[in-house]
Amino acid sequence: MTIETSPAARPSAPGRIFAASWFGPLLAAILMYLFFAVTGGGKGFLTVSGTAGWLNTAAELGIIAIPIGLLMIAGEFDLSTGSVVGAASIIVAVGTGFYGLPIALTASAAVLLGIGVGSFNAFLVNRTRLPSFIVTLASNFLLAGSALGLSRLIAGSSNVSLKDAGFLEPVLATKAYGFNISIVWWLLEALLGIWVLQQTRLGNWIFATGGNLDGARRAGVPVSRVKLTLFIWTSVSAAFVGTLQAVAYNSGNAVSGQGYVFQTAIAAVIGGVLLTGGFGSVPGIVFGTMIYGIVSLGLFYTGWPTDWLATFIGGLLVVAVLTNNLLREAALRRGRGRS
Amino acid sequence: MNQPLMRLQGVSCAFGNNLALDSVSIEVQPGEITCLLGDNGAGKSTLIKIMSGVQRPTGGTIEFEGRPVRFESPRDAQLLGIGTVHQDVGLIPLISVARNFFLGSEPTIGWGPFRRLDHGAARRIALEQIAEMGIRRVHDADQLVGTMSGGERQALAIARALYFGARLLILDEPTAALGVKEAAIVIDQIKRARAKGVALVFITHNATHAMAVGDRFTVLMHGRVAAQFLKGEKTREQVLDLMAGGEQYTAMELAD
Ligand SMILES: Nc1ncnc2c1ncn2[C@@H]1O[C@H](COP(=O)(O)OP(=O)(O)OP(=O)(O)O)[C@@H](O)[C@H]1O
Ligand SMILES: [Mg+2]
Repeated sequence: MTIETSPAARPSAPGRIFAASWFGPLLAAILMYLFFAVTGGGKGFLTVSGTAGWLNTAAELGIIAIPIGLLMIAGEFDLSTGSVVGAASIIVAVGTGFYGLPIALTASAAVLLGIGVGSFNAFLVNRTRLPSFIVTLASNFLLAGSALGLSRLIAGSSNVSLKDAGFLEPVLATKAYGFNISIVWWLLEALLGIWVLQQTRLGNWIFATGGNLDGARRAGVPVSRVKLTLFIWTSVSAAFVGTLQAVAYNSGNAVSGQGYVFQTAIAAVIGGVLLTGGFGSVPGIVFGTMIYGIVSLGLFYTGWPTDWLATFIGGLLVVAVLTNNLLREAALRRGRGRS
Repeated sequence: MNQPLMRLQGVSCAFGNNLALDSVSIEVQPGEITCLLGDNGAGKSTLIKIMSGVQRPTGGTIEFEGRPVRFESPRDAQLLGIGTVHQDVGLIPLISVARNFFLGSEPTIGWGPFRRLDHGAARRIALEQIAEMGIRRVHDADQLVGTMSGGERQALAIARALYFGARLLILDEPTAALGVKEAAIVIDQIKRARAKGVALVFITHNATHAMAVGDRFTVLMHGRVAAQFLKGEKTREQVLDLMAGGEQYTAMELAD
């Protein structure tokens, strides 16, 4: 006969950590770091500037990857972030760099663009019930073409310089020892994301919306509003990154953001977010993003041809999906979630 | 006679050209159990989805406490104190027992931007309420619902509806996945809710359960009301016939 544990019994702390969805990504991040410390350490991967390099890359990606991950937990995709980054950066660059408008005005316009695109995506997804994959793919193309066309029409180029961004310079372009201020914004957003997911009703609704849409709706969860919030969060963070890049690198580029379309989703999946929704964590997404940064910059320090970066990332994605699956199954067997 | 808590009049619901409900009228009274009977596909679940705001009717009117209501979402129904356990329980497998229990009605503590989920209260209440249902194997409110058995999930959903369904409690085949003992507990809980003045709608294919607790009965057949009667007005055989879709169920049994 087994002895029943008392109702107050709680699983042990190690058990909880092992079952948490961020444990695998953390382990992978450490392994990746060690790997490149060994293979690229002699050539500068471990130096301050090497560390700043991968963290800077991870930060800009991570600012978008966090809401992308939350959106994926809620069961939706957003492939339009790439165009929002480009469009936001070109709005700021053309407005302030080309026409000399105040930066407060053009940066607000960029944020408004983010709100607009997010609302548009959410509206179509909620109304038509079409998969967000296709809806946001369409808006990515719509916006990519428009941003490119308009910047060529107005400024005669897809790349417009921005010399002085006024009060936004210190906010978005500060650097210390090679570390960009974007890292701070990234970590602040991560804290916000952790708070939302673990401690707020919205967090509970995000899990439920992605875990069982019908069940969530019947339980009274405003699923359309959850999606609207997350689509807007995603697009606004993409607009933020576009503005940040225009200010920090002194130029806006209408096509520069397209890499984010897949990189953000890859970072989220490597970070343990379930593609079909309902499962994932913000620390996991942060570690997934770090892995992306470590790999893309680390490969450079190894001295191996960087042409193989995509292959490396692809392999990593396969491994990540498989191990995350195993870990999730283990969690289900142990029956412990984090509440 | 008392004013009914909820009254549906001439409610219809069409899916394409499949008329799942055809001008159905039904009343539920506080402190009474209304049994909804009928064979598979008769329209029982569709009717209670309309009563709980999940499905919008394509015709007819709904009154709650004498006032006409239109449910835009299940939330609207919940706000009136309507708790529902649907046939496919509808829990979220990859989140915990406590998070499931309070989904949509999460308790919070703190103020303004620091308002946060009261995980402690949620865990404690969820475990207490599940224990009330006679489920002995769930001790950890952080357990993922996906790891519970079908019956345990059903018990969780019923406990949740009992906890939140202050005025009207709708149960769509709540005992289908339950063991004999757990089913008896559910029946007992249903009676206790009735004694507290809650109105109940109870769908079941189990004639014994229906006869044991039902105060009034509505039998649906192909989306229409085939019969409505009060407790004691029909014999067990007549009820069985009606539940089998009007065919001579007892006769079939005898012919074997
Ligand atoms: N969402 C839907 N779309 C199309 N048809 C539906 C839908 N929901 C129900 N129906 C149809 O409505 C009819 C009644 O279904 P309903 O689920 O209400 O039956 P029921 O009486 O609950 O049956 P059971 O005893 O098997 O649960 C069926 O013919 C079913 O096919
Ligand atoms: Mg049914």
